[in-house]
This record gives sequence, structure tokens and C-alpha cells, in this order.
Amino acid sequence: MSPPSITDLDELGLDQGGHLLLHRAVSRAAPGQVVEVRGRAPQLRVHLAAWCRSEGHEVEMAEGPGPVAGWIRPGPATGARWHGAERSGPELAERAPTRWGLAARGATVEAGGVEFPFPLNDRAAVWTDAAPAIYRQAAAAQWDPATAVDWNAPVELDDDVEAAIVQVMTYLVENENAALAVPARFLGRIHPHFREVVAVLAVQVADEARHVEVFTRRAELGGRPLGLSTVGGQASLLTLLEEPDFAVAHFLLSVLGEGTFLHLLSFLERHAPDPVTARVCHLALADEARHVAFGMAHLAAVLEADPGLRPRLAAAIHQRHDALAQTAGLNREVFDALVVLAAGSWAPAALGDGFRRVQELSVEMDEGRRRRLVKLGYHPEEAAALSSLHTRNFM
Amino acid sequence: METLLMGAVAYDAKVVTIWDGFKQWFSANGLAFDYVLYSNYERQVEALLDGHVHVAWNSPLAWARAHRMAEARGIEVAAVAMRDTDCDLTSVVVVNAASGIEDLAGLAGRRVAVGAVDSPQATLIPLSYLRSEGLEPGQDFDLVHHQVGVGKHGDHIGGERDAARALVAGTVDAACMIDSNHLLFSAEGTLPPGSTRIIAQTPPYDHCNFTAAATAPAALLEHFRSLLLGMSYDDPEVRPLLDLEGLKAWRDGRVTGYAQLEAAVDESGFYDQEGHVAAVDYRP
Repeated sequence: MSPPSITDLDELGLDQGGHLLLHRAVSRAAPGQVVEVRGRAPQLRVHLAAWCRSEGHEVEMAEGPGPVAGWIRPGPATGARWHGAERSGPELAERAPTRWGLAARGATVEAGGVEFPFPLNDRAAVWTDAAPAIYRQAAAAQWDPATAVDWNAPVELDDDVEAAIVQVMTYLVENENAALAVPARFLGRIHPHFREVVAVLAVQVADEARHVEVFTRRAELGGRPLGLSTVGGQASLLTLLEEPDFAVAHFLLSVLGEGTFLHLLSFLERHAPDPVTARVCHLALADEARHVAFGMAHLAAVLEADPGLRPRLAAAIHQRHDALAQTAGLNREVFDALVVLAAGSWAPAALGDGFRRVQELSVEMDEGRRRRLVKLGYHPEEAAALSSLHTRNFM
Repeated sequence: METLLMGAVAYDAKVVTIWDGFKQWFSANGLAFDYVLYSNYERQVEALLDGHVHVAWNSPLAWARAHRMAEARGIEVAAVAMRDTDCDLTSVVVVNAASGIEDLAGLAGRRVAVGAVDSPQATLIPLSYLRSEGLEPGQDFDLVHHQVGVGKHGDHIGGERDAARALVAGTVDAACMIDSNHLLFSAEGTLPPGSTRIIAQTPPYDHCNFTAAATAPAALLEHFRSLLLGMSYDDPEVRPLLDLEGLKAWRDGRVTGYAQLEAAVDESGFYDQEGHVAAVDYRP
């Protein structure tokens, strides 16, 4: 049998942190080895007996005065808490057990924990190797609405053009509200083991919150009330919010919806009649491009693992189209506002130019959707057919 | 199927969590088990002796009453099992380090804080110890009770904590508490570290036990006991239950550690020999 290990607490009491030394000594003791405890704290002996009782150790108290307070014989529960514990990383699990809960990836998780409701815990369903880099980009690209936009820049527009801007901003806020709510709905369901994916979506939600803010502020800049919100537009967005499948929702929102919005925001920046409108669209466009990149990377990874998802995604486009067949799609007021905005005035020739530009925008949007669908493995003909079924509401 | 029925006192909301957990675990291990909660130990002991429950999770004071009542009725009760943490406890008498009180003699004419009137560890046992050292409570020193959770036999820690706070506040000259609570109160800061001195410590005594009535179905009771003793802290399924109930392992019941409390009960007239409640002003 090993000779006793000696732990000297000096003047430190067990009520002053001395228990750390005892814990360490007991956990390092060889099987059967006794820990001799020395110390001069006045209440050490009383506390040593109480501590050993609560920790399940046997203790023999020393008689009489002297430096030795007693001898601990570590009990069978020593270290038992970590029997059966699992390392939750550092490499990614194919399926993160729900019993790992909120533990940091790579932490040692005590056995017997409660199950957490993280149903999105399959690597194949949530992960893309692009997530860490996209998160780093996203974190580095955050901007402050208060300083990133010169809110005092001159905005003196014709009343009718200002009204068109307000209508477009009203429409953008409505759509950004949807783009915020969709990832937010999935955020709490994704296993935190895939923390980079959670982080990208969390920043995405924060991005959309900023977009809602800056578009609202631009709308209010001219002192007009906000514009119109239509039944058809909201019905289209509701189908996004109601989609229960993460991959399908991400496809519809980020690949198709936000992908289409890239063209819209670029168009608005290009034709903006004032510097504030141009700036807020520019800032949102940079964020949305990142959201689309993440959506593409995620869908590409999921499709590689599960090619059977491709027809299901296509079916989702058909289903959404059918669900929205009886609605008006993009509201007339938004379409007209885009024409006026692109025209810059109500002069007939300018309106004609504006109308042509919006038509060109529609073509660009369609080309962009087809390009992304082909990149995800759809045949160009199928991509064209699917793109044509995309909601007329753009998002 | 016959069910083993256990009584427990609801001294805290966690009692429901604890015994629900045990019930599920016993059930998964083939023992039909259920529990009944009482608001105080006196009601629980009477229920045990009247056959309403087979076994009671008893405080040491409840054990003292149960076996007195059983003997008076000519029946038997037995201590079936207890926690490792129920064995060999001590209580301490604590003073302010700067008080100048060096020993028990220094308590003469002083105010001594105790817990609830029915607390074995913070009232009955330390007061009996002081008597054995020649100090009669109420005569040689003033007694200041901290009546929290009366009827719950000191299970509620509030009385001891209030006594400790009174010591820090200077409204009393000494306070009685269980040794582990002196460590706890010092570590958590209720007693500022180094501000108090222990001037006396009682000999070791035992705390709770599962008290079984003679009428308890023998096979069920043995199954209950063997399952308890088989619970291992290694087992992640039972570890949370053991943590909640404050133990690392169950042990066989023993009744050799209750002599101090029995003496305290007799001296103070808390119960008579038949187990009738005789303490004046005790309203569980």
C-alpha cells in the first residue's frame, strides 16, 4: 500500500478555499492511499469531519494538538461523477446526441443529463464546411446603423418620387421581417454542437433587424406615413414562415428569395434618387449576398449527402406556387413605385425608361435564380421552369 | 400488486422531485412504491404507528417518538436504512471571535441562539450538551429560539441560518448549529470567514432513518432496503437523486447514535415515555 500523501493547508481554512487542496489531493490519491491533512486553521478539525461526511470519505481524526488534523480514506464516490462521461468533440459528430445539451463542443459531458429539444442534430442536415468562414466574414462585416449611414445627407425629392421610395421601403421592411423570422424559428432547434451554423444564422437575424431599422428610418425621413401592405404579399411570406423543414425553408428563403433580392437591392442602389436610399440598399445588399452564399453552401452540402432532396425542393417550389396561385403576387403599388423610382420623375419618357428598367430587373432576377438552381445540380431546363414558378412577390 | 407506502415530510418543494424520482426508479427496478407527504413529523409518526404508511423517512426526533409510541403499544419499529451523511454528525457552539468568550463558562448570563424548538441539531442536542456541562438553559443563560419550519424537526435550514445571522448582528452572544452548517455558513459568507470561534462541540450522533412499522410487508420492505443499498453514485441515473437527497451511499439503519437525543428529549420533556408531545408551546 502507498504511504499517505500529505496535504498541508497551512493556515487556510476549509471555509476559505482549503477544500480545493483536499479535492485535489483526494482525486490524485492512488487506490487505497490515505491523505494526511495538516494545517493550523482553528476550525480545521470540525470542518474536516463535516467535509469528509458530505463528500463520502472516511476520516480518522488525529488526537491531541499537533500539525496533523486527520487522515482521509477516499470514498468510492470519488471521481464517480465522471464515469461514463463523453467527450463531445472537438471533431464534429455525425449526429450530436441531444443529451449533450448546451455543452461546448469538445467539453466532457457528465452522463445522465437531460435530453434537450434540438431536433436538428444531424450533421448532414445542418452542416456546411463553409460555415466557419462565413461566420468570420459576417462578424467582421457588422455595421452600426447610427454611423454607417449619413442620416443628415440632403434628401429633397419630388413628392411623388418620395412616395415611391416610402412604398418600396415599406415593402422591404415587410420582407425583412420574414427574413428575420425564418432563421429565428430554426435557430433554437439546431444542436449547439454545430455552433458555427447557429452563429451564422444568429448574425443573419441581427442583420435583418438592422435592415428593418434602416429601411424604416429611410421611409420616415421625409415625414410621410409608411406605405401599403397587401394581402397577397403577406400570404407569400407566410408560406416561408410556415415551412417546417429546415433545408426547404433555407432553400426558399435564402437561395430563391434573398437571391432574388440581391438584384432588387442592387437595382435600388443603382437608381436611388438620394444618397440615403442608395446607402441603406448598399449595406443590406452586402449582408444579403452573405446570406445567399450561406444558403447555397448549406444546400449544396445537404444535396451532396442526400440527392433525394433535390426533387423535394423542386416540389416545394411547385407547392408554394400552387398555394399562391390565387393571390395577386407583387402588389401593384410596389411595382409602380419601382418604375417611378427608376424613372426619377413622372415625365412620360422617364417613366418609359423606368418601366423598361423594371422589366430588365425581372429578367436579371430570373437569370440569377436559374444560375443558382443549376449550381445546385438542376438541369438548365428544369431550373428555368422552377425559376418561372417563383413568387411574384420576389422574396 | 401490493405497494410499499412511505411517508415523508414536505420541508421543501424539492421533496416532491426527490420522491417522484425515487418512485420512478423503484418502479423501473420492480418495486411498487408510493409516497405520502406530511406537513410535519408528528403527523407522519402517528400515521406510521396507525398503519397508514409502511415506512417513514424520519428525522432523529421522529424516530425517538416512533419507538416510544411503538413500545407503549407493544409493537415494534425498526430503522431500515439511513444515508452515509446521517452518521456521526456533531453540533457546535459558536461565538464571535472578538467576544472574549473563551469557553462554555463564558456563556453564563449570555444570550444563546438556537434553531426551532424541535431541531435536534440546533436546539435539543446542543442544549443537552450544555446541561451536561453544567449550564441550564433559561437559568444560566438566556435562550433565543429561531422558529423556522416548526414541526419539521430542523430540516429547514432557516432557523440555523437565522441564529448565525443573529450572532453576526450581535443580538446574541453564541449560536448553536450543526458542524456542516458552520462550514457552509462560513464558506457562503453568512458568517464572515475568521469572525467566529467554536467553543464547544458535541460528541457524534446520528440523524435520519427510514423507520419501518412491524406491519410493513416484509418482502416489500426487504426489496426496498436492498434497492437502496444497491444504489451506486457511479450510476448516472440515480446520482441526481442521491445529490438531491444529500448522500453518496445508503447504509443499513442503526440506532446506536441516538442516545444524546433521547437524553435531550427526556431532559427537556419534549415527548413523554409513551411518545406524547409534552413540549409546551410546540405547535407543529
